[in-house]
Amino acid sequence: MELLNRYRNVTVLLVVILAQLVLLGYQVRSGQDVRLIRVWAVTAVTPVAKVIESVRSTTTGWVGKYIWLRGVADENKRLRAETGKLKLSNQYLQSELQSANRVQALAAYQARSPSQTALARVIGTGAGANSRVVFIDRGSHGGVMRGMAVITPDGIVGKVIAAYPTASQVLLIDDPTFAAGVISQKHRVRGTVRGLGQSKCMVDYVQNEEQVDPGEWFYTSGDDGVFPKGLPVGSVAVVRPGNPGKQVFLVPSGLQGGLEEVLVVLEGAHQPIPDQPLANTAVRLQPPPAEAAAPPPGPGEGVLATEADRLRARYQRLGQVQGHKFGEGAPGSKPPDFNLNPDEAAARGSTPAAAAPAGQNAAPAAPPAPGAPAAGSKPESAPGPVQETPKPSPSPPRPTAAKPPNP
Amino acid sequence: MSDLRDRILIGSARERGAARFRRWGLIAVPLAAILFQVYVRRFSDFVAYLELPLLVTVYFALLRRSQVAGIFIGAGIGLVQDSLSHQPLGMFGLIKTLVGYFAASVGMRFDVDQVAMRFVLALFFFIFHQFFYWVLARALLGQQAVFDLQQTFFAGLLNAAVGITLYYFLDKLKERG
Repeated sequence: MELLNRYRNVTVLLVVILAQLVLLGYQVRSGQDVRLIRVWAVTAVTPVAKVIESVRSTTTGWVGKYIWLRGVADENKRLRAETGKLKLSNQYLQSELQSANRVQALAAYQARSPSQTALARVIGTGAGANSRVVFIDRGSHGGVMRGMAVITPDGIVGKVIAAYPTASQVLLIDDPTFAAGVISQKHRVRGTVRGLGQSKCMVDYVQNEEQVDPGEWFYTSGDDGVFPKGLPVGSVAVVRPGNPGKQVFLVPSGLQGGLEEVLVVLEGAHQPIPDQPLANTAVRLQPPPAEAAAPPPGPGEGVLATEADRLRARYQRLGQVQGHKFGEGAPGSKPPDFNLNPDEAAARGSTPAAAAPAGQNAAPAAPPAPGAPAAGSKPESAPGPVQETPKPSPSPPRPTAAKPPNP
Repeated sequence: MSDLRDRILIGSARERGAARFRRWGLIAVPLAAILFQVYVRRFSDFVAYLELPLLVTVYFALLRRSQVAGIFIGAGIGLVQDSLSHQPLGMFGLIKTLVGYFAASVGMRFDVDQVAMRFVLALFFFIFHQFFYWVLARALLGQQAVFDLQQTFFAGLLNAAVGITLYYFLDKLKERG
């Protein structure tokens, strides 16, 4: 005991170390954990950690949101610049997408057009303030020559007035010096379209006696030696009589929607003037009002029957119900009643008896039922009520039910 | 030479028992050191090089100048640290028990209030701690741990530097008798 007291510190050290070695050895050998000690430690530490984390996050958030705003202005500036860049990029991409769509449409038109064309892009306009001239990015090196027609799938655009090696100058259709031979689609009225320096063009040399309707389309006539025949020019916006000729104003279809890509006609091929309006001219027809809607077609009536067809079918049914054959009635015979409702008459299975002609127009009577008196004859021994005369029935004739004789 | 001995060694019993620590500090400071180890490490990898529970163990063992107290302080802090780690209980407990014992032994013989002495002790005990941990990990757990002396030395310097700063602030919590 005295020895232990003398070496008390070392003894305590050995005991503590031994205890921990045993603890360690137990865990290593058994593979089990001394969960209780860990639970105590975690329970003691984690609440404090939770409080510290809560304080830290609150403080950090508060400081970050309300005090530490030094970088916010710069960040705001940077974000604004970034947003601006993204907007520009977005606009550019949208423009590229639209451009790709237009080029696709031009390529499709190019493929089905009989004329040989070359795709070109508008790269600039003329220098004048009222310039009706554009530059395209295809010149003499690309096969473009002065006098060639410039078109889009929607219509003619203008003609090449100067071809440079890498670019060409195109006079637009609305320039006052522009002229091209045109012909109207519907009435084949010929004239010369010329620009007015405005959004509309005018067709000259149309006589007042010639007929031109608003909305009518004009096509190139091929007379000018520039534009091949059959290209759309525009639709008539205004027509009025004038002196010396009729004043016809067109809306040029080729300039609608802006000019980005065009086709230069390298080798033109004349086309016939289409009989129908342009396929891309959308026309919407309003459906008829409900009360004016046609009744459902009857049996044997076509779906697309006109009002005359429906009237004819109604008269035929009336004739059948009343046993009348049209075209066979003798002169002076009574005509069928056209005011009857054929459906109700057919449902009743009867018509005004007096109206039915008793002669040749009468429908054949139904065969008498067994034991029943013959049609049209009075019973000889039946003092009961007078039996009705069988009426002519609509085709097919319906058998009449015979009443049993009274006792 | 004798002046130096007088400055390093404790000369009287009055000096030996003069300093005591506040009671709440005995609980709060080790708990804060362990919390720092498990919590602040989330925000910086640099903190992984710091071993604050060891520094606190050394400080309290030096302060108490009692080997038994050093043993229990080291064992307690080590076991709590074990509880919050993935290792079996007892790894840090064993090492810090030894650290507490030896630190207390040093504290009984030397004047550990000097900054240089504290720096050397913190450096020495950090290397001792890491080395012993490596030995135990290989011997008892069979782990293929690596002991890089150079890295341990520089980490020890860092811990010693942090230690003297920490001890400076902990000295403010001491009660003067």
